[in-house]
Amino acid sequence: MDHTPFIVGAYTIGFIVLLWNAVAPLYKRKTIARDIRRLIQIEERSIDSDS
Amino acid sequence: MSTGQATGSMGRAFIALLRRDLLLAFRRRTELLFPIIFLLVVVSLFPLGIGPSMELLARISPGVIWIAALLSTVISLDAMFRSDFEDGTLEQFVISGHPLTLIALAKILTHWLVAGLPIVLLTPLLAIWMNLPEGTLGVILLTLLLGTPVLSLIGSIGVGLTISLKRGGQLLSLLVFPLYVPILIIATAAVMAAADSLPYTQFLGLQTAGLIVTLTLAPFATAAALKISLS
Amino acid sequence: MTEETRTETKPRKNAFVLFIHKLGSPPWFYGFAGKLIPWLWLIFGVLAAWGLYLGLVKAPTDYLQGESYRIIYLHVPSAWMSWMIYAVMAGLGFINLVWRIRITEILAMSSAPIGAAFTLVALASGSLWGRPTWGTYWVWDARLTSELVLLFLYLGVIGLYNAIDEPRKAARAACLLALVGVVNLPIIHFSVKWWNTLHQPSSISFTSGSSSIDPSMLWPLLIMATAVKFYYGASLLARARVKLLEQDKRKTWAKNVIREGR
Repeated sequence: MDHTPFIVGAYTIGFIVLLWNAVAPLYKRKTIARDIRRLIQIEERSIDSDS
Repeated sequence: MSTGQATGSMGRAFIALLRRDLLLAFRRRTELLFPIIFLLVVVSLFPLGIGPSMELLARISPGVIWIAALLSTVISLDAMFRSDFEDGTLEQFVISGHPLTLIALAKILTHWLVAGLPIVLLTPLLAIWMNLPEGTLGVILLTLLLGTPVLSLIGSIGVGLTISLKRGGQLLSLLVFPLYVPILIIATAAVMAAADSLPYTQFLGLQTAGLIVTLTLAPFATAAALKISLS
Repeated sequence: MTEETRTETKPRKNAFVLFIHKLGSPPWFYGFAGKLIPWLWLIFGVLAAWGLYLGLVKAPTDYLQGESYRIIYLHVPSAWMSWMIYAVMAGLGFINLVWRIRITEILAMSSAPIGAAFTLVALASGSLWGRPTWGTYWVWDARLTSELVLLFLYLGVIGLYNAIDEPRKAARAACLLALVGVVNLPIIHFSVKWWNTLHQPSSISFTSGSSSIDPSMLWPLLIMATAVKFYYGASLLARARVKLLEQDKRKTWAKNVIREGR
């Protein structure tokens, strides 16, 4: 039996899972950065309206 | 959360709590029946799903009975702390000054008497249904007698962790089944060894050791879990 | 207060203790981790490339198993990491439960998904290794079964952490669960072990001098095992930074980080 598809398959799955795990925090960071920017905007708007 | 002065000795408190919980459980007798009915239904599903071949059933009988016991226990676990959590009694217990470990132990004992012991008592019937191999009924009864308290003990930790969740019951099964794996393996190994006329007492010894260790350690973990859930 | 009476033997805060204290400050940890992460990725990349080259290209074909044994360069390090990370998670969890140190809680909870990922990879690669070697995609042997139970334990910790709303309470509950799990792990492992043995007996032992595996096949394995630890470090710090940012959304330091584009 040719073993290559199994080797390729195993390493592909491994690569995909580990890549996803490495990259997931980056996506999360984008969302959080957006939220924080919104919070900053609200804060600055209230400072402007106070002054 | 400040703790008050505990009135009365620990022993008295333990007995009082035990009596109260058993009384409450018997007042809701119909609720107690459900896990038992569930046990019977689950076991009877196997012949229905696999076919009535007595020989096949006999071979899988120890595992089936034990798995049904596990499932039935998990169904009944949530009730251990649920009503006391919901009406605030649990918080009162924490403030009462009595060690939470003792309270947990009382509740675990109640759970076993009300949910675990019936499993043991029903096993002869299940053994007949599943055509349990000759001469192994005593062994499986012993494994269940030694094992069901451990199920209650370990299960109580899971309940303690999930009690503050609305749908805690679903997560509870995921949490608790991996921890049940060794118990399942050793108990069924004992019965299967007995079925093949091989020595099986070493497995019972392991179970006894497991029971003693769990009995000493689990209530502390449960108490810690409850403190976290109530915080 | 007389300064002269203070003896010279009283220790001043040394650099290490100072470092540990600084780690407890979220903005400081965020910056420090940010500087460290690229280096960890770099070392991982170099080691992994080297290890995979040695393992996939240079190592000879196995007498018994042919080419499929090369999967061990992914499978075994992943399996080792899945167990190591659980232990680390439980250790951090223990520190968190006893001393309530926030950074340990963050690191513990960030470790869980990484450990679960490694467990998944170990299971998948183990399964694909099993097919050409022993004929079936899945076999209920000791190692694979333990690995599966480990995955369930990880999912339980992650599930419990995500189910509780308040982050610190959720982390404490999950840490307790991780501790209960780690106590059970040896028991689970040994009970599963004698329950079935089809898996290869361990060909690497760190206690005896010789191992039954050829050096040219062993070296890539050890390199990959080291590489994967750097992966864990980089991924852990990355996840921890993001988690800190998320929990401290409303705090000034987080806003400053975003304002300054860090």
